[in-house]
Amino acid sequence: MSKILSIKDLQIRYGGIEAVKGISFDVEEGKIVTLIGANGAGKSSTLRTISGLVKPASGSINFMGEDLVGKDQAAIVKAGITLVPEGRRIFPDLTVLENLKAGAYLRKDKAEINKDLEWVYELFPRLKERHWQLGGTLSGGEQQMLAVGRALMSRPKVMMMDEPSLGLAPLVVQGIFDIIKTINDQGVTILLIEQNANMALKIADDAYVMETGKITKSGSGLELLNDESIKEAYLGKKK
Amino acid sequence: MLTDKQLRRKQFILVLAVCLVVLAGAIILDATLPSYHIIIKVIKKGAVYATVAVSMNLLNGFTGLFSLGQAGFMLLGAYTYAIFSIPVAQRAGVYMYYDGGIVQFSIPEFFAGIFGESFGTGFGMIVTLILAGVIAGLIALLIGLPVLRLKSDYLAIATLGFAEIVRALFQWAKLGPLTNGSNLLRAYPDFKHCTAYILITAAVVAIMFLLVNSSYGRAFKAIRDDEVAAEAMGINLAKHKRLSFVISSFFAGVGGGMLAMYMGTVQALSFKSAMTYEILLLVVIGGIGSLTGSVFTSFVYVAAVEWLLRGLDSGKFLGISAPGIFKNGFRMAIVSILIMVVVLFFSKGIFGDKELHDLVKKQPKKAKEVKKNA
Repeated sequence: MSKILSIKDLQIRYGGIEAVKGISFDVEEGKIVTLIGANGAGKSSTLRTISGLVKPASGSINFMGEDLVGKDQAAIVKAGITLVPEGRRIFPDLTVLENLKAGAYLRKDKAEINKDLEWVYELFPRLKERHWQLGGTLSGGEQQMLAVGRALMSRPKVMMMDEPSLGLAPLVVQGIFDIIKTINDQGVTILLIEQNANMALKIADDAYVMETGKITKSGSGLELLNDESIKEAYLGKKK
Repeated sequence: MLTDKQLRRKQFILVLAVCLVVLAGAIILDATLPSYHIIIKVIKKGAVYATVAVSMNLLNGFTGLFSLGQAGFMLLGAYTYAIFSIPVAQRAGVYMYYDGGIVQFSIPEFFAGIFGESFGTGFGMIVTLILAGVIAGLIALLIGLPVLRLKSDYLAIATLGFAEIVRALFQWAKLGPLTNGSNLLRAYPDFKHCTAYILITAAVVAIMFLLVNSSYGRAFKAIRDDEVAAEAMGINLAKHKRLSFVISSFFAGVGGGMLAMYMGTVQALSFKSAMTYEILLLVVIGGIGSLTGSVFTSFVYVAAVEWLLRGLDSGKFLGISAPGIFKNGFRMAIVSILIMVVVLFFSKGIFGDKELHDLVKKQPKKAKEVKKNA
């Protein structure tokens, strides 16, 4: 497997605060990679920087041999990296169908867009049932499906997900992670950041632990799941 | 359940029928009533307000940019129209304090020379109206660069300030050779028939409708709903906000040109911020995000204020003669109460975010009800 996305010495500063202090990690094509860590570890900042929302202080972001630092968001989405933002952020006053079409905004190939629309409906039959409904009237779980579907409409090579389980019931979270697995099986590389370490590590091929702006541990999902210190810090094992 | 295709055909037929009825009505009124009749005047002013309200709705309703610069762009449009359409022979009289002004040609006259008197003049007037929009759009492009970085209330204040500056600037004596200073511009051609106004407004609304339902329209609405998510989809915020601002100002400029035609004279003094608020009122009452709502409300509002409720100011209303109460100003008091009542009962405006064609719904039962009502 080849590296599709490679981050080197990434530093992110907000004013005088150093949010991310020179991290490096690789995302291999076709895998699920997760960054776990507590609030303020710099996970979201990392994703926001990869997607072009934040400019890094230094470091490089290499995507399929191309440096993404300094490119605008449209170029990054076009290149094949799409972010599913934290808190779902669907468009509440657009219908489900319009939300999905907004995801394909940068694409012009109508026939292919329709094909992908069918694909998203296949993944989420619930969205097809409700395609005429306003996004804001969906339940939390359905909104998360819509957010994922919308991101898929840009036909990403890498889909980055920021806390997809946030504020959802455990049963719904299980459903979302099943979907992530399915999407990954169909060839989309996933970069997932989560506080729900247990769920994330279970499906991840590779995992990195972030603490206060640094990567402190890495390994396969299974390795970290069985790591004693991780168990204590994130998985709620009793001492 | 109707299929999507059937539904769309029914909706199209409904819209087409309404358009044809309105058009036929306008033609009949033009043929039977003199051009100074109040009904013709109401239709003309209603068309002007509908044009501007629709343009404001694009910006405030569909893109979520709270701008209050509409009167400024209307002023630009009105002056552009007047300056470039006053017949050359009349300029010495109009610009009597400025040696006939510096512009010494008239676009409608130019086209009258090519296509003949009646068609050429009309064609030239349309061209001048489009020019009015272009000038307003160009200024919007320049103003937009700094102003569109602002959000919500700050954007509103900045655009409001812009409109006031434009108004002051156009009255400046140093610009007199172009704008005639604080004097009136007059003697330019206008359309005598209200049908022409209706046709222009219909064209504007149709263009707006196509725009709102295109992928650009979807991007505008996405920005309105959630800027962060829109950006994550690769929608360029700055570019689309600028686009919406320029298009909205273009049509506000066209509306301003139409207003100049309707009023017969142009003076910067009349483009106060109160005019923007009046348009904003129409947008809100009609439904933020509903084009047909804006159009419908514009005509109803103008008809009520200019015509139907006139009696409240002049002593006699609906056969009741009460000169003690029905005095000057009472009409606007009643209008204010009516507006409050409408807002209380329709908290999202009369049309909400629905359009006229949404009267034909998917559920066949409701569609039947609509037919009965119609």
